[in-house]
Amino acid sequence: MLTYALRRLLLAIPTLLLISLVIFLLVDLAPGSPMSEIPLTVPPEVRLKMIAAMGADQPVFVRYVLWLRQFFWVEPMHQVDLLFGSHIVEGQQRIISYQTRGPVFTVIGERIPQTLTVIGTAYLVGVLIAVPIGIYSAYRQYSWFDQLGTFIAMLGYSVPTFFTGVLMIVIFAIKLHWFPSIYNTSLKVTDWASLLAQIRQMALPVLVLSLFNAAEISRYTRSSMLENLGQDYVRTARAKGMGEGTVVLKHVLRNSLIPVVTVIALGIPGIFGGAIITENVFKVNGIGAALIGAIHANDLPMVQTLTFIFAVLIVVFNLIADILYGVLDPRIRYD
Amino acid sequence: MKLKATLLGAAAILAMAGAAFAERGSDGHVNVLYWQAPSILNPYLSGGTKDLESSSLILEPLAGFDEKGALFPRLATEIPTVENGGLAKDLTSITWKLKPDLKWSDGTPVTSADVKFSYDYCKAPDGGCAQASKYEGIKSVETPDATTVVVTFDAPKPNPYLAFVGATSPIIQKAQFEKCLGAAAPTCTEANNGPIGTGPFKVVSFKTNDTVELEANPNYRDPAKPAFATMTLKGGGDAEAAARAVMETGEFDYAWNTQVNPELQTQMTAGGKGHFVNGFGTLVERIEMNLTDPSSDLPEGERSTVKHPHPILSDINVRKALSMAIDRQALVDVGYGTAGQPTCNLVPAPEAYASDNTGCLKQDMAGAKKLLDDAGWKPGADGIREKDGKKLHILFQTSVNPVRQDFQSLIKSWWTDLGVDVELKSVDASVFFGGDAGSPDTFQKFYADVEMYANNFDGTDPEAYLAGYKCDKIPSPATQWQGENINRFCNADYDKLAAEMSATADIAKRGELAKKMNDMLTKDSMTIVPLVDRGRLSATSNTLGGVVLNVWDSELWNAQDWTRTK
Repeated sequence: MLTYALRRLLLAIPTLLLISLVIFLLVDLAPGSPMSEIPLTVPPEVRLKMIAAMGADQPVFVRYVLWLRQFFWVEPMHQVDLLFGSHIVEGQQRIISYQTRGPVFTVIGERIPQTLTVIGTAYLVGVLIAVPIGIYSAYRQYSWFDQLGTFIAMLGYSVPTFFTGVLMIVIFAIKLHWFPSIYNTSLKVTDWASLLAQIRQMALPVLVLSLFNAAEISRYTRSSMLENLGQDYVRTARAKGMGEGTVVLKHVLRNSLIPVVTVIALGIPGIFGGAIITENVFKVNGIGAALIGAIHANDLPMVQTLTFIFAVLIVVFNLIADILYGVLDPRIRYD
Repeated sequence: MKLKATLLGAAAILAMAGAAFAERGSDGHVNVLYWQAPSILNPYLSGGTKDLESSSLILEPLAGFDEKGALFPRLATEIPTVENGGLAKDLTSITWKLKPDLKWSDGTPVTSADVKFSYDYCKAPDGGCAQASKYEGIKSVETPDATTVVVTFDAPKPNPYLAFVGATSPIIQKAQFEKCLGAAAPTCTEANNGPIGTGPFKVVSFKTNDTVELEANPNYRDPAKPAFATMTLKGGGDAEAAARAVMETGEFDYAWNTQVNPELQTQMTAGGKGHFVNGFGTLVERIEMNLTDPSSDLPEGERSTVKHPHPILSDINVRKALSMAIDRQALVDVGYGTAGQPTCNLVPAPEAYASDNTGCLKQDMAGAKKLLDDAGWKPGADGIREKDGKKLHILFQTSVNPVRQDFQSLIKSWWTDLGVDVELKSVDASVFFGGDAGSPDTFQKFYADVEMYANNFDGTDPEAYLAGYKCDKIPSPATQWQGENINRFCNADYDKLAAEMSATADIAKRGELAKKMNDMLTKDSMTIVPLVDRGRLSATSNTLGGVVLNVWDSELWNAQDWTRTK
């Protein structure tokens, strides 16, 4: 198992390098310029100087190599310097965003907390709702519960979040005034009142996102359960006189979980990636909002760094999903 | 004299506002929403409006513009003029006096060295200062004593109120930015995101493109202000959601640039929690005519260059007819409501510079058709007018934006009625305005016959704006397609007027010249077809007092006077 994991990790290095190059070229080749959001009152010659100061006028290859160096050497060493008080990369340029003229990782550091809190909670809630619904829907196939579950799942999956989000705001924030429509990222939970405020401001985005997540996962759980419920070993188990609880929750569920775990694991990088639309609708201003803002502003270092981190996460979680197979199903061996 | 009177007026307003309220910080917290959130609070490193306006709460210039466009002193004791001796008679130098006992928010004194440093900071090579044009033509900035700043110009400067005036060129603290000159500017993240200033508020925390937490500056020069102890400036979302947060849910007190369609404006006002405030500046949505041939049959490097005049738009009658066929009021009603008004001028304000040109306001379809008939453009078999084998076919481009697409289709219907074949094109804003010389779709390259966008000028003086239409400002491959004269308009008389304006100090005479130049570009030649004078539209809560919308400077120019009304 260990050699397998190591081999996979080593194989991931060229893949990731290739991905980083492709992303860089794609973003660079995309039309647009970091000056597009600067008002027209700033004269052209000043714009040229601003671009030069950002280093955006350098050839694409130079910028790519510089980015590689900054990402793989300067940034990690900067963290080392911070931790141990050393001076390995002191004075060397970190990855600087075109928009903020400050380090990209500072922005990421500011954005991660709210993204993990909101999107992470929504994912967790989604999974916790989806798996039991999926199990029961499969067990009582075509019952009214199953029909209702199917209906809600269809609704959750097919109605886009920009619609449900705005709908929730109109109903619960504008008409009923129950929840705020704007997320306050500066809120610190220190007592019961601020905890309540935090829960209230998280309620709507979590609701919207968990509905969407739950819809997908409950469908996978249901179909996987259905497939296993008809298997011979289930009949054998029942024939042996086992209780329904043991049959469904121990035998069938464990076998059905394999595809579900893959889906859940592969969804986790998405938590870090944030939810571009939902974050914008509720002004959560997490990673997703940072990414879309950077794309609009043609902020190449920010877009490149964010998308590359997502790529790394996806590769890593793919690997984790593969390893989990082995844990869940003893028949799968990697050695 | 007029300037003095307006200054006194402004001072009186400030004095009255001051008398009404008692104590700094007595009104608690205020929430401001900028749906485009600030990325940085150093206006010298970013030209973005959101960044400029947010930083104007913290950093101040020597003088600012009030809501009427008149100058008023901020850190200076008074506006230097020839009459009070602050401005040299030959207009080659200006002397600013700082108010006595000014303090930065950290308690250290503000001195003339800080003013000089602000100039040095922007002028430092490799810094990429976004406001460099403010400091052009300056020979030296000297500081004879701690409260005096003498700016000497290379040549007589008819408009000496550029450097250190308005939110675009504030004074930054020397002690804080000393190590951040030139190429080192981006390394000073802490200073760039938390400048120490003299304004009514100081930064408590800054989250990029998200939230700025501010509190009242303890050393603000007026001990009774600001009335609010703390402020949150939040970003994110879009204009509509921002307007809702003030007008319908009441979560925020002020929302910037809440440009929503007229129908929604009415609907939201009914919410009863807030109201819209608007003001008209110099932002004009216009159609620009390409006087050169953008045809793709021409070799690259010759398209849209002065080498080839436009085959149909070179005929002034066509340009005139196209303008006459447009119903500007209808455009306002569809797109902007109270936030727009029809205009025929490129320079619609301030009053001293605005021409009385109203000839285009009424749509005249019959007149337009007759004009084309008389000029020899006769409808062909397919209804499209033609002359000498050339069809009236027009490619009309603009940026992607719902209002602009509405305008495009309305204008297309009028022009089709006129017998013109119109092809529409819309380009993503980041490409259209990106200025990338490699892209064929930038507005400067202008590979289309006509295009629509909006532009304005900074402050109250249109000299540089109008000078952008001189022959030498034409974008071409030789200039990497940079240049403001995107129509490729070239007229020796116009260049002469521009030169005259740059050497004229008399306000009345300058106004006359500006009007003449405006008319040459608009009603005389229809090179530029102005459509709508677009105002600023922001939303303010009914419980927020003291909001005065200012279109000449930062919208947050008087946040020190804001109060909570019950």
